Amino acid sequence: MTKTFPIGGIHPQKYKLAADIAITDAGLPEYVYIPVKQHAGAPAKIVVSQGDKVKAGTLLAAADGIVSAPVHSSVSGEVVKISREEGRSGYYETTVTIKVEGNDFADGIDASDTVIAEIPDSTEEIMRRIRNAGIVGMGGAGYPTPIKTTVPEGRKAEYLIVNGIECEPFLCADDRLMQEKAEEIIIGAKIINKLLGIQKAVIAIDENKPRAIEIMTRLTKSYIGVNVRVCQTKYPQGGEKQLIAAITGREVPIAKLPIDVGCVVQNAGTVFAVYEAVMKKKPLIERIVTVSGDAAEKSANFRVRIGTPAEFLINKIGGITEKTDEIIFGGPFMGTSVTNLKAPVTKLTSGILLLSAKLAGKEPETACIRCGKCVDACPQGLMPFEIARYARNNDFSQIMRLHARDCIECGSCAYICPARIPLLDYCKMSKAEAKKILKKQ
Amino acid sequence: MDNIILTDFLTLTAIALTAALILYFVSQKFKVDEDPRIAEIEAMLPQANCGACGRAGCHDFAVACTKCTTQGFAKLYCPVGGQKVMNKVAAYLGMEAAVKEDTVAVLRCNGSCQNAPAKIDYNGVQFCRIAHTISSGQSGCPDGCLRLGDCIKVCKFGALNLNPQTGLPQVDPDKCTSCGACVNICPRNLFEIRPKGQNNERVYVACRNRQKGAVARKNCSAACIGCMKCVKICPEIKIEDNLSYIPTDVNAAEFGAKLAETCPTGAIVHIQPKEKTHD
Repeated sequence: MTKTFPIGGIHPQKYKLAADIAITDAGLPEYVYIPVKQHAGAPAKIVVSQGDKVKAGTLLAAADGIVSAPVHSSVSGEVVKISREEGRSGYYETTVTIKVEGNDFADGIDASDTVIAEIPDSTEEIMRRIRNAGIVGMGGAGYPTPIKTTVPEGRKAEYLIVNGIECEPFLCADDRLMQEKAEEIIIGAKIINKLLGIQKAVIAIDENKPRAIEIMTRLTKSYIGVNVRVCQTKYPQGGEKQLIAAITGREVPIAKLPIDVGCVVQNAGTVFAVYEAVMKKKPLIERIVTVSGDAAEKSANFRVRIGTPAEFLINKIGGITEKTDEIIFGGPFMGTSVTNLKAPVTKLTSGILLLSAKLAGKEPETACIRCGKCVDACPQGLMPFEIARYARNNDFSQIMRLHARDCIECGSCAYICPARIPLLDYCKMSKAEAKKILKKQ
Repeated sequence: MDNIILTDFLTLTAIALTAALILYFVSQKFKVDEDPRIAEIEAMLPQANCGACGRAGCHDFAVACTKCTTQGFAKLYCPVGGQKVMNKVAAYLGMEAAVKEDTVAVLRCNGSCQNAPAKIDYNGVQFCRIAHTISSGQSGCPDGCLRLGDCIKVCKFGALNLNPQTGLPQVDPDKCTSCGACVNICPRNLFEIRPKGQNNERVYVACRNRQKGAVARKNCSAACIGCMKCVKICPEIKIEDNLSYIPTDVNAAEFGAKLAETCPTGAIVHIQPKEKTHD
């Protein structure tokens, strides 16, 4: 029996065009643009200055406080500019620009592919390496991993769930990683297990990734405590709360964290980064990015250095086609549209998608017909039509009663709505207002 | 037949009388004594219930008026009714109203469709607050007006409308009561409440962009570039982070025309004094 979350969910078309394409190295661009804020929390503090020579893995900016993460150079070269550069949505971000001269790694980094399985004994040492490597949740939220892998006092971790669901259409980055770096991911899971002081790890994989399931199942046989669980293909199965509900049957209460129900969820990409940080002393300087889309000439899974401009990758798959209507960073549901093609790939960019007008186009909004489909689709059990009704009329008196802040912004409601009401946007707006109200209290 | 009508009539009358009696005694028993002045003052207020005074509404404001001391009263002010209404209320209560200058909301952005042409095609929801979270806007200026009119939707007095030529919201100074609703709703904080000035003559910097001159000009030809030319004319003007700000006490009649003329980008807006129209 495949597992899934109990309420809501939708079944969009999968479009996994890049599922059979092996990961290839994207190569080095001429310049890389590395923003100092690629995570949730405070921006990192810059420690280099203009004209400095850096190597791949050299620290560029140190973590500022606990909820922050350091940022490293992804290439070797010269720092040519530290300035505020236009980011993906037109807002300016503090960015370190590096002119690429080569691919020399900083001392102590093992850049080879050999699998090392001996986990260091000291948990402090493991923690230190993860913190120094600047690892953040690579699924999209970007919450610094060291905080998630520390169990707060009075709580007890029971499960580590490795999130290999990747429920967004088009994206195949985690799928390919699980096929090609399966052993590393399992070792990474064992490392996090050690930090949490538990034995059990569950690798959750979506039904529509048969090869990843087969490889993982075969390899996990030789690792005690690590098991594969197959989940039903349903969006948003990869949501943290939805995944916990599917695997353990537990519900994360309002305003609580997964650790409150004894679970720690880590994205497969993050677990691989943890393995590289601990075993190879390699900071988070590259990630897998799916470059695809229904308007793209072909699809690819690239191993990309952080800071590579989107344009560089799009040109590798044949450039922007005439059909292209919108370019998106991330998945089509939760991603953000890009207005600046020079925008760099960050630690959180799981995909770059070229969508045609068929997928990106918006039909005019019509009146709500009260069919209740959005209520059925919401995996959080909210009433999106009601939230939208109040938001549209600028009345935020009811948002606490309607629990707008529990929205996970998955977009299932807007996808299913036959009246084409942009419910997600209204819910996001209400969520922002709800956060403001909570701050005041 | 007669009998039935009569019985019905009597029964219903009896029920009505009993109900009336009960209602009368209950209303006597649970009577709430309210200061009769509250109702009187409320009648003088504009009844917009906008909350601009800081109270929950006009009734709440009237209650506050009756309950406060002379000093406390000086702090109360209804921006919608303005000085006229406050004087009336003060006279009724036998107190002194605070003297305040008439104010009006101004839009501190001149990024019209001509000055800051659209670079991207935004086909999302027509709400500034949503567009603000998605991208820096059609013009690309991260601090400029998004031209989607959240302020117009929130204005209760019809003082704001979208100018079809410029694409920017326009304030009607005669209708604006400076209630502050537009100030609160704008995700980019572009509205400022400024004194109306003599004969409606005002001068202000219509820009909030703090980027360096060259970067700001890329998106908008009317952006403030922090060139310091205005400071030379009027030393009271302050420039911080490449952005000039004209304090409210700068005399518009004296400096206004010269400032607007000197500004190389046209970021300084000088509203000409209103000509007296023939009745």
